[in-house]
Amino acid sequence: MLSRVAAPLETATHPEALRRVVIEPVSRVEGHGKVTLLLDDEGHVRQARLHIAEFRGFETFIQGRPYREVPVLVQRLCGICPVSHHLAAAKAIDVLVGARTLTPTAEKLRRLLHLGQTLQSHALHFFHLASPDLLFGYDSDVASRNIIGVIQAHPTIALQGVKLRKYGQEVIRILSGKRVHGVLAIPGGVNRSLSRDDGESLKKDIDQVVAWSQGAVKTARDLYLADLEKNAAFGSFRSNFVSLIARDGSLELYDGGLRARDHLGHEVFDHLNCDRYLRHIHEEVKSWSYMKFPFIVALGSDEGWYRVGPLARLNNADRIRTPLAESERAVFARLGEGGPVHATMAYHEARMIEMLYAAEAIRELLDDPDCYGSDLVIRGERAFEGVGVVEAPRGTLIHHYEVDETDAIVRANLIVATTNNNNAMNTAVREVAARDLDGRELTEGLLNHIEVAIRAYDPCLSCATHALGAMALDVSLEDASGLLVDRLVRDSDGRVARPGAP
Amino acid sequence: MTKATVATCSLAGCFGCHMSLLDIDEKLLDLLQLVEFDRSPINDIKHISRPVDVGLVEGGVCNAENVHVLQEFRRMCKVLVAVGECANTGGVPSMRNGVSLKRCLEQSFIRGLGIEGAQIPDDPELPLLLNRVRPLHHIVKVDYFLPGCPPSADAFWRFLTELLAGRDPALPRELIRFD
Ligand code: SF4
Repeated sequence: MLSRVAAPLETATHPEALRRVVIEPVSRVEGHGKVTLLLDDEGHVRQARLHIAEFRGFETFIQGRPYREVPVLVQRLCGICPVSHHLAAAKAIDVLVGARTLTPTAEKLRRLLHLGQTLQSHALHFFHLASPDLLFGYDSDVASRNIIGVIQAHPTIALQGVKLRKYGQEVIRILSGKRVHGVLAIPGGVNRSLSRDDGESLKKDIDQVVAWSQGAVKTARDLYLADLEKNAAFGSFRSNFVSLIARDGSLELYDGGLRARDHLGHEVFDHLNCDRYLRHIHEEVKSWSYMKFPFIVALGSDEGWYRVGPLARLNNADRIRTPLAESERAVFARLGEGGPVHATMAYHEARMIEMLYAAEAIRELLDDPDCYGSDLVIRGERAFEGVGVVEAPRGTLIHHYEVDETDAIVRANLIVATTNNNNAMNTAVREVAARDLDGRELTEGLLNHIEVAIRAYDPCLSCATHALGAMALDVSLEDASGLLVDRLVRDSDGRVARPGAP
Repeated sequence: MTKATVATCSLAGCFGCHMSLLDIDEKLLDLLQLVEFDRSPINDIKHISRPVDVGLVEGGVCNAENVHVLQEFRRMCKVLVAVGECANTGGVPSMRNGVSLKRCLEQSFIRGLGIEGAQIPDDPELPLLLNRVRPLHHIVKVDYFLPGCPPSADAFWRFLTELLAGRDPALPRELIRFD
């Protein structure tokens, strides 16, 4: 049984009698989410939910488009991890063109691109988004609880964060042409190689980047250990964990099979061929969020939900291939006392250990002659269905496409990292609501506790999915001159009318 | 010198435009000499707290919530800037305009692969979706359009520093791009 003291708080029995408190928008995360709390007269929390109000409909409007467009279009789902979508889609398309095994140059350049993104995304999250809570306190003054406050109070730390992110972004720019939404992968390979000049320019700063990443691991660890008891308990619960894993059991971000372990660290499935994900992972729909709730089929929706991302990957990995990150992993693993580490706040240290791994792995690849090779693309036997899975910075990302003889997409299914963490984030919200907020006067600072727990998961809410609710609502769109452009009216039965639309 | 105030938000966008603004890297420190941020996803100010000089809006308009936020920005910002392709034209999210909303929702929540508890989410907490994704200027008056997906960091820097210096922030050819 997974321990979830606050599980009953998902749905209150008499919501109409309760007072509603809303946190909107959830800030210092990517995308659009809100939290609602329902409280009774004594201030006891009766219901706590994280709602995702995004719906893009990508899976539908991509239908009929030629598959070659997908890796370029789909990255526009997310500007923080566009490379992950670009690569997951590209891997699925590789299967369609019969290129499951790429040339060494193509595979290594894609890996290099992915490592650049892991580095920049993890740096962005830790320094720009999460560090203000960790450095100043969860209920510190809202005016300085942001990266600008960190720049003023801790300029050295902030500047290292800015430069670490810059380095990762430069790796991406050099390989894909732009820092955000560039293109490197094409069906069956890559569109360019790394020039010696570019390789040399990246090598100049990499030792410094590795050293700063080591410093970042120490910063994250010191902050966690400074109040071990509180950090271990805050928004904490036990869960299963899912991630990719290398053949030899080491940490893997770009390829490999799927590993799932339960809350004790026991195997649920291992080295699962990603093509078969759909037999093992299903998604539950709930009426109050556009983000679905995935779970491991064999365990069922109540017990089978899981966590992904840095904490899951470190718990699942038997080792890390690079020496500095491996020694940090070994220290980190002790927090679990023989089992997996379950603390929500431990995500930060795990994330920084992965950043160190990314820096070390970039250093290796910059010395690898294959990255400078010229054999870029291959092709094989045509297929009509392909699955591509990568570990995005926030966790396991699954793209699945089917095409027809004209190369047009006929079906698409995406399970993004943040969706995989949906149940976990909601559980964390309920735990914090039950333990920290219950019965107290809800100040701004106290409400930030909820956001601190959500932020630990580094959610990317625009990656997830937008629809129609059932409250009476009247929306008018007017143009700049005050002319009515569109008007939608929804009555309390959910019927929507468009009176007088053009 | 009193600093100029800037507010930013993302509507139906991907945050790539915000990322590109952060791509000014160390110049962020110089920017902070010039401006003070009001509401923005990088801090915890949830609503614009006073009239501000410049509002940067990323993303198009896809639901009722986006409309409310955009109107708040127009009301409170002296200069309103549509940042990036999505804000300028609707962008990739507006590709759904060719398909009925009902079909999009059914595909995702009812007919999708591996779905359990099939239903279309309809809780009152979820904002009403518009049947078409629209660019900002369909709804409010926009003062400047910054093109690109996203506009480059250099374009942001040039635009903001020129504007704040009281000059015409027109971009030179090499800083304008549309991809
Ligand atoms: S314009 Fe491009 S980068 Fe900006 S929000 Fe839209 S998709 Fe993202």
